[in-house]
Amino acid sequence: MIATPAVHAPARRLMAGWVKPLLFLASLGPLAWLVWGAVNDGLGANPAEALIRSTGEWTLRFLCLTLAITPLRQFSGWHWLARLRRMLGLFTFAYGCLHFLSFAWLDMGLDLSAIVRDIIKRPFILVGSAALLTMLPLAATSFDRAIKALGARRWQVLHRLIYATALLAVLHFFWMRSAKNDFAEVAVYAAVIAALLGWRLWWRWKSVSGRARRLA
Amino acid sequence: MPSEITSQEVYANRRQWMQGVGLGVGLGLSALAPGLAVAQPAPPPKGKALPGARSSVPGANTVEKATAWGDITTYNNFYEFGTDKGDPLRNAGALKTRPWTVAIEGEVKKPGNLDIETLLKLAPMEERIYRLRCVEGWSMVIPWVGFSLAELIKRVEPTGNARYLQFVTLADPAQMPGLSSSVLDWPYLEGLRMDEAVHPLTMLAFGLYGHVMPNQNGAPLRLVVPWKYGFKSGKSLVKIRFVEKQPKTSWELAAPSEYGFYSNVNPQVDHPRWSQATERRIGEDGLFAKKRSTLMFNGYEPQVGQLYAGMDLKKFY
Repeated sequence: MIATPAVHAPARRLMAGWVKPLLFLASLGPLAWLVWGAVNDGLGANPAEALIRSTGEWTLRFLCLTLAITPLRQFSGWHWLARLRRMLGLFTFAYGCLHFLSFAWLDMGLDLSAIVRDIIKRPFILVGSAALLTMLPLAATSFDRAIKALGARRWQVLHRLIYATALLAVLHFFWMRSAKNDFAEVAVYAAVIAALLGWRLWWRWKSVSGRARRLA
Repeated sequence: MPSEITSQEVYANRRQWMQGVGLGVGLGLSALAPGLAVAQPAPPPKGKALPGARSSVPGANTVEKATAWGDITTYNNFYEFGTDKGDPLRNAGALKTRPWTVAIEGEVKKPGNLDIETLLKLAPMEERIYRLRCVEGWSMVIPWVGFSLAELIKRVEPTGNARYLQFVTLADPAQMPGLSSSVLDWPYLEGLRMDEAVHPLTMLAFGLYGHVMPNQNGAPLRLVVPWKYGFKSGKSLVKIRFVEKQPKTSWELAAPSEYGFYSNVNPQVDHPRWSQATERRIGEDGLFAKKRSTLMFNGYEPQVGQLYAGMDLKKFY
């Protein structure tokens, strides 16, 4: 068979240019809706509670979306999905900060000593604060220069902290809802996160056992 | 007779305040959404009239501003209809309040079933403006229409063995979609010590804001015990039992370390997960204002404090 010379593939972007900006705008949507609701008295009789709860729910949802990228990429083969992960992770952190700020401002009146006292005294708030703290180094090392400085290997290990974030977040939500015996929503997030983390275990087991079989 | 308290006009002010504060924050994003919605005027009370004369019971008429009808009837904990605050409004339309009887059982000389029409005529209707403090940390001021539970108690003649009352709420799966949830064991149970039950402030309420009780607020009759957390005030009562021993109550059964039999409003006794020292008054204060201080016995200490003299309220929470 005659070897044919390599032909340059036509210049083609791996991901359409509008995807990231669209995702950015969509991710701002919940925040816009909450602000609009607050201004227009559209958050119901207890707007402060609605804001605290909603920002928390959106933190959990963006966390799930962030964790879903890798399984989705592996399953579909659409490797460009990986380019969206940083944005989704940073939005998770942003909504997490808004959730904490809502609690600190609307519930605690920005009274620092009261906030610290509550964090220490209430296990569910302690766990929630810990979850937010685990995201801090991830957000701080999310930009390109940090990735280069850390090196791919170390960055990868550090960013496994997101698994701790996920577990702490679900525990925080579970303990909060325990007061009302109302676990329906908690169960949904726990199931989704279990599936997204379980996928990773399965994928790793598959590739390890596959390698073992090939070497045998 | 129209109610003395009109909060409808002031209700509008609350929205303007919030709009002012939020406008700066929302201006940029609001520009993306043309046609900014204008706050709707407060809805007036609806339904059949049920007037009540001003009560002369000490403490029965707070001077604080009553919460708007729109908030009282759309922000409810009535888990039989769902656990979302808006579920009772959405789902309680199915509740049939006629025919309705309340069974009187136990240690009484005159047990039996009392029809709702009999109950409505048992004693003169009074309007009482009570604070209501939810264990979750929010509160309202509600102009109830009804009369003292003591009026019913004296008519059924409890025996010497009747030391407590137990209140049972309707639990009909056909009308109540929330019953399929295991968030609580059904039917919803509540209870009072006899001296708490006969206290003049303890009332059977049949209406609010001069109108018949809306379904989502516990129609056709409910208990109101203003110095205890709101969950003690059982809704849509179908049975009142007079018993010798302290009866089981639903939230005590669900989480005994968090909810006790007495559940008196007490800023000094924290819920295990959150402080009870402050509360958010629905419709007041503004989004960014500091929460207000919770009062001992929800501000009814002069009227009910003596019931608990010598009792360790940290132990008997």
